[in-house]
Amino acid sequence: MTTNTIHTDLCIIGAGPVGLFAVFEAGLLKMRCHLVDALPQVGGQLSEIYPHKPIYDIPGFPEVKAQELVDNLMEQIKPFDPGFTLGERVEKLNRLANGIFAVETNDGTIIHCKAVVIAGGLGCFEPRKPEIENLLAFEGKGVSYMVKDPEVYRNKKVVLAGGGDSALDWTIFLANIAKEVTLVHRGDTFRGAPDSAEKVFKLAEMGKINLILSSHLTKVSGNGTLKSVHLINKAKEELTLDGDYLIPLFGLSPKLGPIAEWNLNIDKSAISVNTEDYSTNIDGIYAIGDINTYPGKLKLILSGFHEAALMAQSAFKHVFPDQKLSFKYTTVYGVNSF
Amino acid sequence: MIKFTVIDRNGERREVEVPEDINLNLMELLKASEYEILATCGGMALCATCRVDVESGLAQLASPQDQELDMLDTLPDAVPESRLACQLRVNEQLEGIVIRIKGDLA
Repeated sequence: MTTNTIHTDLCIIGAGPVGLFAVFEAGLLKMRCHLVDALPQVGGQLSEIYPHKPIYDIPGFPEVKAQELVDNLMEQIKPFDPGFTLGERVEKLNRLANGIFAVETNDGTIIHCKAVVIAGGLGCFEPRKPEIENLLAFEGKGVSYMVKDPEVYRNKKVVLAGGGDSALDWTIFLANIAKEVTLVHRGDTFRGAPDSAEKVFKLAEMGKINLILSSHLTKVSGNGTLKSVHLINKAKEELTLDGDYLIPLFGLSPKLGPIAEWNLNIDKSAISVNTEDYSTNIDGIYAIGDINTYPGKLKLILSGFHEAALMAQSAFKHVFPDQKLSFKYTTVYGVNSF
Repeated sequence: MIKFTVIDRNGERREVEVPEDINLNLMELLKASEYEILATCGGMALCATCRVDVESGLAQLASPQDQELDMLDTLPDAVPESRLACQLRVNEQLEGIVIRIKGDLA
């Protein structure tokens, strides 16, 4: 873990299109920005999920590919020389005695700023947790949602659950490491990569793994650490498996993550804002783009751009409390870099 | 008009009637009708919070595309009758079907 403190005016959480454009709007008002994103590259969903898809509703662009829009935004904000911390997830937010915010990532990077702009889009993608009795109580005590170090499972009894590619792949991988591997799937077929599915069926035939189909998990139990995984099948028969570890692999789902713990007003997984300036209930914290909500909210990139502009006008008072803001057109004054 | 039945989280059934040319997907319609769904990803088949189980009329719906099937595949509690409402256009295929709202709320 590194400790690295960055000083800036605005810390923008999320480097998607709206976070990037916020740098431009802030830059026009001479505010410096630092962006943090959990993904290893800028662009958010656009770069991660649909880089080659055309977007048709960006004003002035009859059609623009998602990645092209991101590249253009990067070009547009270049004069304002923003800082980037990529591949790190924001975990903590504190307010120091002098009113400065301290934003901290999972990797120990600390950003000191005068205002925080949450442009987190869908939030961060976290493992989907099945509804199983006692599951949360055994997290870290036998239950984990990803395989970080396969060696942990050497000579142990491991139960995996899920029907997607990662369930298949880890079943195959752990078959050679663990003492016993059981894969539980609620269906009786796998749609994942046909090669992997075939391999799993073959391993089951050879007795190298246990494959339990048409069943789902109901409960986990143990004494401090995990001991048993309880299942039920289609015929409503119950079954108990011995297991040192349970790895539920049910994909990822977008969650607000640590942001949900910051005492912001949340409505249906989105941050409530005042549409006058997209401020939240906490002075100095703004939320723009898909992560916010207000009456009439449209989850559109262009709405986020508008929100970024109004946010910047308002954030100015936190960055330059003694200055009076006068609105200027870029057509008159141009774009003055730092 | 297209008519179909929605069963909410409390088990309450309601008949929904919408014009053929409404041009929405089922997720958008459910949200607009104040049903309790998150629809976090806004219709990209990424979050599965708009999942519905089709209790009647599954066969008359357009088959799911790969992206929807992949998502349904990962869910711990999906059933063969599960669909993502965001991937279903509101059109005459929905006539007479019965759906139950299921997607996660957190």
